[in-house]
Amino acid sequence: MKVGLQYLGLGFLVAALQPAFAQSGNLHMPKTVQAGSAFSIESTGSGKAVLYIVGPVQALRRDVQLGEPTSFPPGTIYNAGHYLAILTGPSSTEQSEFDVVPENKPAALSFLARPSRISVSLHNGITGAVYVFDAYQNLITAPMPVSFQLSGTASAPQTRTVNTRDGAAWTQMDSASKEGAAKFVAQASDVSSSRIIQQVPGDPCGLRMTARPAGEKIELQTDPVRDCSGNAVPDGTIVTFTENYNGTQSTVDVPLKRGIAKVEMPAHDGARISAATGVVLGNEVRWGKQ
Amino acid sequence: MSGRLLAVIIFAATIALVIAGTLWPAPSAIALAGGESLLHSSSTPQAAVADIAQEIGRQAWGKAYADLANKGEFTEPEFERDLKGSYASLRTYATLDHFETRPLRASTDEAEVQLRLYWSSVVGTFLDTRDLRVVKNGGRWQPEWPLVKETRVPPQVIPVNYLRWDVIYPGPGDDWGVQGVESPHVRIIDMHPVERSDGVYILGELLNEDVVPAYVSVKATLQAKNGAAIATEDAFDKISHLLLPKQVTPFLIKFPDRTLSEVSSVRMDPLATLVSASADPVVEIQNQKFNPAPGATLTGQLANQSGQIVNTAHVLATFYDKTGQVVWVADQYIDRALLPQTPVSFIIPLPEDIARKVSTERSVIATYSSDGSL
Repeated sequence: MKVGLQYLGLGFLVAALQPAFAQSGNLHMPKTVQAGSAFSIESTGSGKAVLYIVGPVQALRRDVQLGEPTSFPPGTIYNAGHYLAILTGPSSTEQSEFDVVPENKPAALSFLARPSRISVSLHNGITGAVYVFDAYQNLITAPMPVSFQLSGTASAPQTRTVNTRDGAAWTQMDSASKEGAAKFVAQASDVSSSRIIQQVPGDPCGLRMTARPAGEKIELQTDPVRDCSGNAVPDGTIVTFTENYNGTQSTVDVPLKRGIAKVEMPAHDGARISAATGVVLGNEVRWGKQ
Repeated sequence: MSGRLLAVIIFAATIALVIAGTLWPAPSAIALAGGESLLHSSSTPQAAVADIAQEIGRQAWGKAYADLANKGEFTEPEFERDLKGSYASLRTYATLDHFETRPLRASTDEAEVQLRLYWSSVVGTFLDTRDLRVVKNGGRWQPEWPLVKETRVPPQVIPVNYLRWDVIYPGPGDDWGVQGVESPHVRIIDMHPVERSDGVYILGELLNEDVVPAYVSVKATLQAKNGAAIATEDAFDKISHLLLPKQVTPFLIKFPDRTLSEVSSVRMDPLATLVSASADPVVEIQNQKFNPAPGATLTGQLANQSGQIVNTAHVLATFYDKTGQVVWVADQYIDRALLPQTPVSFIIPLPEDIARKVSTERSVIATYSSDGSL
């Protein structure tokens, strides 16, 4: 809000000075200035004047002695963008324009990695996007190489190098066939940022259960439930056991515990018992004599 | 002048009505205020049962208990627990909406009367039906209360080591690019619109295909031919909102007073968010049986296989036709708490026309426990 009001005031000032822009000034300054670096502005003539510098996020005012250089120490102007320098003297007003450009050296990366959790063996399922910033949080728009590396515990690392365009670079990676956390690292120059991608098992594959008597009941137990890549399906995954007998049905949703689902159901001769998890069906067991 | 006259008339009418209400109060108002009952227990067997029902409605347990003929068989707290439940459940917070009595048989000194108690709860009205034997003691009819004794589980320790999931979200100080936690991936695996006399229903099933629990909901929007939205509704409680990994829930969305002829398409929006959850309790559905029309119902029992008491259980049943398409979704809340290893019956009525199409059915249970866990 404060910055907005400041701009509003400076905007009025610049508007008031518009008729004076036609005057050819003796204001000497570099066309481009690197963000945060020292620079100086020279003027000719004699007497006192006021120098205004107006940029996208910064505005400065300096009392200057005409004919002498005005120095700006490092870190004075640090926001990249197009700036206007206005010198108002006792008899004339002069103006000039210059650009403040980001430093070429990256100092920070904003790294967006999606998704944070993904099934194994998905082609181009992982996306990484990087925005490269200098020490003053200016987006470095000059092209520069960014390397991406995705490395897991049980698979060879995948590496891509992409040049930034307009300050951003992005890539896609495949999820590994083995479950586990993968480290996704983006690096530009000597700056890096990392994210963790959780690679989780896919849909169960080949669900199989066995049944054995347990007193007046049947003890049903699945084999260790795995996905099609052989990864153990995580505990808590629901396995639905269904027993059909003589027109009645008993069902129970059982979460996997230590890789298997286990439950006791009524023992009826001729009962048909099946297991399913999600949309994956397992085998069917017929119990008893019939 | 006319305004002043009107004010005087309204004031006078109000005073007159207050006086009339005080001098000749409505019988129901007396009963609710704890005054004399509408009926007197000595008049008829049906009146004696109605008397008890009114006292139950006023939660005058002591008075209702005192009027029973068989109070020597149980204590007053047992009588109260029979009606309100021993553990927190829908019954505990329900109030008696109304009741009906129906004579079943009668002789000179003994009768049987059916009492239907309609309890109001937060999820609707549930019915409690009791058949009371009424006996004549010294010229006065007194009901015998058919106490339903709850099976008590012997004190024991049941080890529970099912998985629990907790979620840590990004904090306020984290960079905007910092990694969030992915929302659960859910998928509608079946969807079918049905038109009935009272509106359009959207039926279907939703699968949590992720490895984490999801809090889910489904919203549907009916669209006209020009793409304009006609109406938007969600499944509200006709869905199991908590889905563990690979779990499937049915859903039913009702659009009252709509017809399919005005609908060109339906936009479905399944919503899923991460939620802390536990894989416990595990509830088994036993002896589930579809009883065809007339009077089509789905019956069965719920058995809590865990050690945790389930305060409210919600049965959601999906009915399929011969081709495996969903033809109806029905539900029932269980009004009593599910105690460990203690079966509780459920009965879900089904419309006759739909019952004729049913080939198979499947039920899921949503549970709520007062310790705060879903």
